Amino acid sequence: METFDAFIVIFGSGIRLGVPLILACLAGLWSERSGVVDIGLEGKMLSGAFAAATVATFTGSAWAGLAGGVLATVAVSLIHGYASIDQRANQIVSGTAINMVADGMTALVGNAIWSQGGRTPQLPATALFNAIDLPFAESFGAVPILGPIYRHLISGHDIVTYFAFALVPMTYWALYRTRFGLRLRAVGENPAAVDTAGISVRGLRYSAVVICGVLVGLSGVYLSIAQAAYFQPHMSAGKGFIALAALVFAKWRPWPALATCLLFGFLDALSIRLQGAVLPVIGPVPVQAIEALPYILTVVLLAGFIGKAIPPKASGVPYVKER
Amino acid sequence: MNPLPLGGACVTVESSQPAPAIELIGVDKRFGAVHANKSVNLNVERGVIHGIVGENGAGKSTLMSILYGFYEADAGEIRVNGAPVRIRSPREAISHGIGMVHQHFMLAAPLSVLENVMLGAEGGPLLARGGAAIRLQLAHLAKEYALEVDPDAIVGELSVGLQQRVEILKALVRGAEILVLDEPTAVLTPAEADQLFAMLRVLKSQNKTIIFITHKLREIISLTDRVSVMRRGEMVATFETAKTSPPELADAMVGRKVILKIEKGPAHPGRIVLEARHLTVRDDRGVTRVDDVSFALREGEIVGIAGVAGNGQSELLEALAGIRPLSSGEILINGAAPPPAKRNPKGVRALGVGHVPEDRHRVGLVMPFEACESAMLGFQDDPVYGRGVLFDRKAIIADEAAKMEAFDIRPRAPLLKTANFSGGNQQKIVLAREIERNPGIMLVGQPTRGVDIGAIEFIHKRIVALRDAGKAVLLVSVELDEIFALSDRILVLCAGRITGERVPEETNAQDVGLLMAGVSERAA
Amino acid sequence: MSAPRKPLPAWADVALIPLINVTAAFFISGLVVTAIGENPFEAVRLLLVGALGDLEGIGFTLFYATSFIFTGLAVAICFHAGLFNIGVEGQAYIGGLGAALACLYLGFLPGYSLAFVAIAAAALFGAAFAAIPGYLQAKRDSHIVITTIMFNYIASALMGYLLVKVLRAPAQMNPETPPFPPGGIVPQFHEVLALVGVKWPVTPFNLSFLIALAAALGVWALIWRTRLGYEIRTVGANPTAAVYGGISPARITILTTLLSGALAGGMAVNVILGEEHRLILEYTAGFGFVGIAVALMGRAHPVGIVLAAILFGMLYQGGAELAFDKPKISRDMIVVIQGLVVLFAGALEHMFRRPVATLLARRTAGPPI
Repeated sequence: METFDAFIVIFGSGIRLGVPLILACLAGLWSERSGVVDIGLEGKMLSGAFAAATVATFTGSAWAGLAGGVLATVAVSLIHGYASIDQRANQIVSGTAINMVADGMTALVGNAIWSQGGRTPQLPATALFNAIDLPFAESFGAVPILGPIYRHLISGHDIVTYFAFALVPMTYWALYRTRFGLRLRAVGENPAAVDTAGISVRGLRYSAVVICGVLVGLSGVYLSIAQAAYFQPHMSAGKGFIALAALVFAKWRPWPALATCLLFGFLDALSIRLQGAVLPVIGPVPVQAIEALPYILTVVLLAGFIGKAIPPKASGVPYVKER
Repeated sequence: MNPLPLGGACVTVESSQPAPAIELIGVDKRFGAVHANKSVNLNVERGVIHGIVGENGAGKSTLMSILYGFYEADAGEIRVNGAPVRIRSPREAISHGIGMVHQHFMLAAPLSVLENVMLGAEGGPLLARGGAAIRLQLAHLAKEYALEVDPDAIVGELSVGLQQRVEILKALVRGAEILVLDEPTAVLTPAEADQLFAMLRVLKSQNKTIIFITHKLREIISLTDRVSVMRRGEMVATFETAKTSPPELADAMVGRKVILKIEKGPAHPGRIVLEARHLTVRDDRGVTRVDDVSFALREGEIVGIAGVAGNGQSELLEALAGIRPLSSGEILINGAAPPPAKRNPKGVRALGVGHVPEDRHRVGLVMPFEACESAMLGFQDDPVYGRGVLFDRKAIIADEAAKMEAFDIRPRAPLLKTANFSGGNQQKIVLAREIERNPGIMLVGQPTRGVDIGAIEFIHKRIVALRDAGKAVLLVSVELDEIFALSDRILVLCAGRITGERVPEETNAQDVGLLMAGVSERAA
Repeated sequence: MSAPRKPLPAWADVALIPLINVTAAFFISGLVVTAIGENPFEAVRLLLVGALGDLEGIGFTLFYATSFIFTGLAVAICFHAGLFNIGVEGQAYIGGLGAALACLYLGFLPGYSLAFVAIAAAALFGAAFAAIPGYLQAKRDSHIVITTIMFNYIASALMGYLLVKVLRAPAQMNPETPPFPPGGIVPQFHEVLALVGVKWPVTPFNLSFLIALAAALGVWALIWRTRLGYEIRTVGANPTAAVYGGISPARITILTTLLSGALAGGMAVNVILGEEHRLILEYTAGFGFVGIAVALMGRAHPVGIVLAAILFGMLYQGGAELAFDKPKISRDMIVVIQGLVVLFAGALEHMFRRPVATLLARRTAGPPI
């Protein structure tokens, strides 16, 4: 029973840690599927987190914070989009720049306003996205096995979390069952094909960049006004890069992305839980080994040892009308 | 045989006759200094297969690009079914019923056939309904025109012939009444090409109009009803296919030009230094580009490989230079096949084979480098550039200065960026680099492409001088005059095969033109 | 047809456009400073005074600049081969491991020879760590950008483990190694100058600076005066021509990443052997990423890199003083400037070409005669 309880705790923790990954990963998916490489997810996440916390602090409203976070991140996304699509810049350099500027700006402005070393003030529960208890969670919780699962894993999350999970089938549906999704997938593989069909490559890519901004903005919103109650400099702590690793690992597909992000979230929770723990045979578990696991797995995949990770063909290549 | 009167400007159409499907009147287009289309007139009647032939650079692709809306002409008019139209984008072309099958397919490889066909014609924001409708259409088209493809197959996994079929279906689904195909058989096997022709005949029987661009006369004769010939940007003649013949077409294609004659003494070929035996070479996509080619090259002779671009010459040169691996066959240099470790550019170069590549921008030079640095490419390990760890800059600069003097490269500036030299001088930098090494065998590709007249003469003289010094020269060129002027022997390459061998004195442009266009001496 | 890049005279290409790019970065930074309620000109004054106002400031400035020279060279050498090495942060970190291991386990070596061995070890470890993503790119086509990002985190985890569990000095709470033996350090300038009777304030500015300058010279000589450098530049400029010229892009990729990692290890020499004299956690402090800005601003040329490194050294030292005087302009401002430099000198480097070309054309056209 004890292990089951531990499992519930770790898995619950894993979900909470995985949510920002899911959102950021889906954001990256939309961008890269259209052919715009985005390694600036980390910086955008920070921008969204900071803007959300700031707006929530000033307005006292979580929803206003959400709007602020998303708008700020879309603005940052458009800078990357402009550089990549219209200026045909090196998209890696552009993403790197965004990470640096966002990392610095969020800390700087936060410190300038509140003088707490960049931290925003603690937000009251009214300005946060709080846990929602689904119906009958309390009473159903008594049922063995299924009860705790329902009560702690399925119920009790905030609305952003539920939305993040809902986004996975939504992304799948939008990508594979709508006209927009088809055109977007095509433009990431062969923009000339889209161009000769009379569809605007630029329009599609900008749309993708905006969608990416919205989703990764939400991941930032989650960090500062759902999971925590404030913004703190560098609070994304590399999650943007783990999301990137998850995207590659999931081979740019929505459902595998969900599974991978949950896996990485689970590993994160596990590493926290196992700090100092001693396992039979292995002995004391090096926490860092589990921390490094998502990155090691991605490298192994990229090296081609567990199948091939083939990105969208036009990924990272600015489209120039060659005719 | 008399060709039909040119163009449509002066043709009076009787009211009972339907207007031509496409009329191009006085279409003119320049790209900077290049006059790609010179006041072109074209009349394509409805429900016929109309071929357009010409060599590379004749202007066929530009003309069709204008028709399909990639460019707008500088002057001239387009009429579709008699009505003047303005076509500013592919979308507008499609709306007028013009569909195009490009040489390089416009397909997204990981997507299915259905998805590729739907792209741009989805019929609504959700794919389900549009998809069902197109599925029906595809089934109908499959029955009507024998264009069978599995709608759920992944395009990237289909054969090239089937991929082309998807391209055609794309056009038909969008309601194309006029179908333009640009060199469609370039990537097809003969069997696939026959299947394509059968399909096109069925389409014609359904009153679709087909414009077929090619340089292969065999296809023109077997497939088309009318054929127009373009040459150097001009529409030269239009024939009814049944009333013309390959020689007449070849004549129109290459024109009666004065063959550039240069001072050239007789050749004295010696022993065989390079031998190709049953070479088969595939390109990056796995398509066979050189098909069972065998020939021998002797010292003291220039062998010219003639052919329209894209018929395997590039892959042949790359294979001989060690850049591209052979699929089968062998290459013997000075009588021996190089050991596997030496079958690369470095090894081949060490065996005394020089290589002037066809594309100096992409392959032969490094544009951002100084001229003296570009002049080291391939020979950077030579101790003349410095015996120790460091380069001897003085020696490098002096070496290039000497070459510039010998080859009259202007300006005499070894430190100038390669990109800042004119085309002719850039080519001379490459030539100087390769020739001054005194190779026994010289592979030369398109030596005067993009080169001004003065430099052309100089380069030709140097190539002949090589031969007179007892070197073996293999010359690949799409310029027939160049082939005739320089070669002691001519081999003609078409679709990867040698269609014939000639001696310049015993042939003419028309004869070689026929061979270039695929009319081989063996049974076609 | 794609719009051709407007041709610019050489001087505009090499000097004017980069200057405009950097000015744009600083201009926007100035706007940010204004937006948070401070006077940008006052901020610049404080920054300059803090960085160059006294010998102590200069010492710190040059100390930071030394690290930036190494990381900037590391990034730049990969740029020449057409590779983007974002992993300099991790490679510098692992370089520190090499230096530490040498100092901790080879302490029996006489005198300063230990320092030389430690320097070699730093370079070796950095090179080896960089060679893994290099090899994966060369032989297995794994995108080097993603793998180096991953390896940064792997380095962080690995070093964290080693410092906490394996290398930690006994009876020591902080995750750091025992102090290095006296033969395993690089002397600081104030110590050396004291030997000849010159009094300098105590700063971590150490002789690694000279190694960095030598490395800059060495990189220049390698890239533009040796065969290997020629091959590296050819692969970076035109891989197809490289193959034609008998050069193996795979081999060059691996060699270049090895060299890059070795240069990254130089940062370890400066900080671990020159300042800390023991291995500590996260000592790279983002300087690997500054190297990207330095390489872009310096246009991947050692002279430009040294100058850009000194500029960023000024920013870091002056920025610390500025943050002290004006708490609102925290040290994060420097990261913002750094990011803007990468944006304008890297991503948007061609944005100003068209307006400048038009401007120059109009000026040189002049009135018809």
